Amino acid sequence: MEELLAILNEMHPEVDFEIADNLIDGKILDSIDIVSLVGELSDTFSIEIPAEEIVPENFNSAQALWDMICRLDEA
Amino acid sequence: MQRNVLEYLEATAPRLPDKVAFSDGAASLTFGQLFRAARGIGTLLAQKGHSREPVAVFMPRCPDTVAAFFGVAYSGCFYVPIDSEMPQYRIELILQTLRPRAVLCGGGTRPAAEQLGTDAVLYDFDEAARTAPDDALLSSIRAGQLDTDPLYVVFTSGSTGVPKGVVACHRSVIDYIEQLSAALGFSEDTVFGSQTPLYFDACLKELYPTLKFGATTYLIPRSLFLSPVRLVDYLNEHRINTVCWVASALTMISGLKVLDKKIPEYLHTVAFGSEVFPIRQFKRWRAALPGARFTNLYGPTECTGMSCFYHVDRDFEDDESIPIGRPFPNTGILLLTQDDREAAPGQVGEICIRGTCVTMGYYRMPEKTAECFVQNPLNDAYPELIYRTGDLGRYNDRGELVFVSRKDYQIKHMGHRIELQEIEAAVAAHPQAAAVCAVYHKEKDRIVLYYTGEAQPGELTAFLREKLPRYMIPNRTERLERMPLTPNGKIDRKLLAARASGAEQEKG
Repeated sequence: MEELLAILNEMHPEVDFEIADNLIDGKILDSIDIVSLVGELSDTFSIEIPAEEIVPENFNSAQALWDMICRLDEA
Repeated sequence: MQRNVLEYLEATAPRLPDKVAFSDGAASLTFGQLFRAARGIGTLLAQKGHSREPVAVFMPRCPDTVAAFFGVAYSGCFYVPIDSEMPQYRIELILQTLRPRAVLCGGGTRPAAEQLGTDAVLYDFDEAARTAPDDALLSSIRAGQLDTDPLYVVFTSGSTGVPKGVVACHRSVIDYIEQLSAALGFSEDTVFGSQTPLYFDACLKELYPTLKFGATTYLIPRSLFLSPVRLVDYLNEHRINTVCWVASALTMISGLKVLDKKIPEYLHTVAFGSEVFPIRQFKRWRAALPGARFTNLYGPTECTGMSCFYHVDRDFEDDESIPIGRPFPNTGILLLTQDDREAAPGQVGEICIRGTCVTMGYYRMPEKTAECFVQNPLNDAYPELIYRTGDLGRYNDRGELVFVSRKDYQIKHMGHRIELQEIEAAVAAHPQAAAVCAVYHKEKDRIVLYYTGEAQPGELTAFLREKLPRYMIPNRTERLERMPLTPNGKIDRKLLAARASGAEQEKG
């Protein structure tokens, strides 16, 4: 989780990712962020993020992202 | 001869009154409804004494906003779309230049409009659209209008920190729509999936051909561009067959490997532009849709939408760029060297444009206008204005025009045109920021901001969010102890650009 928070903080230093839960609905992450996040998460956590997982529900908070990473890591 | 864009609507509405013209999924307007609403709005504005002046349209992206544009045109005024999601600070900057007497609100924007420092009269869309059309009044307005009268003003990024408003007339738009439609083969069967915001001239590509042919445009919800699989489902659900998107939107779908799983099966016309399409991504699209026609479009806002087109007719290597091709038939391109001579074949020159597409200049900015809209230096026989784009290009061996780079610090990021100096001007307004430099990392499509001073990166980004639209917020912000300088004391942009890309490489 710390690694994930570090990646997010570098992207958006103005956001407190430990509490923010509207990253998509609040228009904090845009499509460029998502494309680069998918690349960075795939590299950092050695996972493959299938296109169907790229939905707002999985990107709205650090916790949702983390849950997705863990799920994909187990798979 | 057609003299007013509304003639498109007037020919189509009686023919296809019940066909959906514009829809955003939640709301839609048929041609009949559009015609009725636009004439109501035109009547109200004219009855209130507005004539031949800018009317700001401060509304969200929805079909009603399109009706508002045409309504303003009916009144003999010209529409100025204002992004309702832009920070208040920037809207006020635009209104200070525009000084409108009328603002059209709708879709819940009235409370925000009341907070703006403007003494304009605020009109409500619903009320305006319900006004009984006064046919005699509208006819007399039309009789007094020329095709050289302005149709719209759209604001684009300005290097001094103040957005510039580009003014375009009916003639320019009509000529553009005729030429674009012929090149791309639009028809009544065209179903557009629109990705562009309504506050840029990019949306002309869908709005006016929809009126001309009786086609249909879906204004695709922004949120779908964050869920690529759902986006493709949406295209299929609405049988969308034509898209004119910025390359980054197409890249998002192919880059996330959606096309391996499902394809937009009705799509036969794919136009892209506003930025360079990475060949690797382009190949994925072409492989996924072998029967579709792909067209690269190029053109600055100052020359009304697009000026050049290239139908892709061959394969490209990964390090090549797709040409921007040739100008539309009634548009002229000059490639000028630094000493204002015509560039030799293969030589790089500034792309300059002539023709009816050249707009009227920047609203209330005569000096800025005079800088870029200039006498054709190759013509000493008669007065002829051309627009100097600041884009550098060259002709390849096949005689096709190819975009090379910019002369200045203007960039294209996610399809938006941005002057890096406008970002720097906004940072400089922070009391605890000293030196500042914004650079663009092209491969990653990222804006990286470097600055010195006491401000923390998070503070600075939060500050910028109140001043700049979302797409201008740097993707990375780094505080430096000292700003690197060139031997003659200027900020070393090259070194910082290398740092922006080098930092990425180190992290791998």
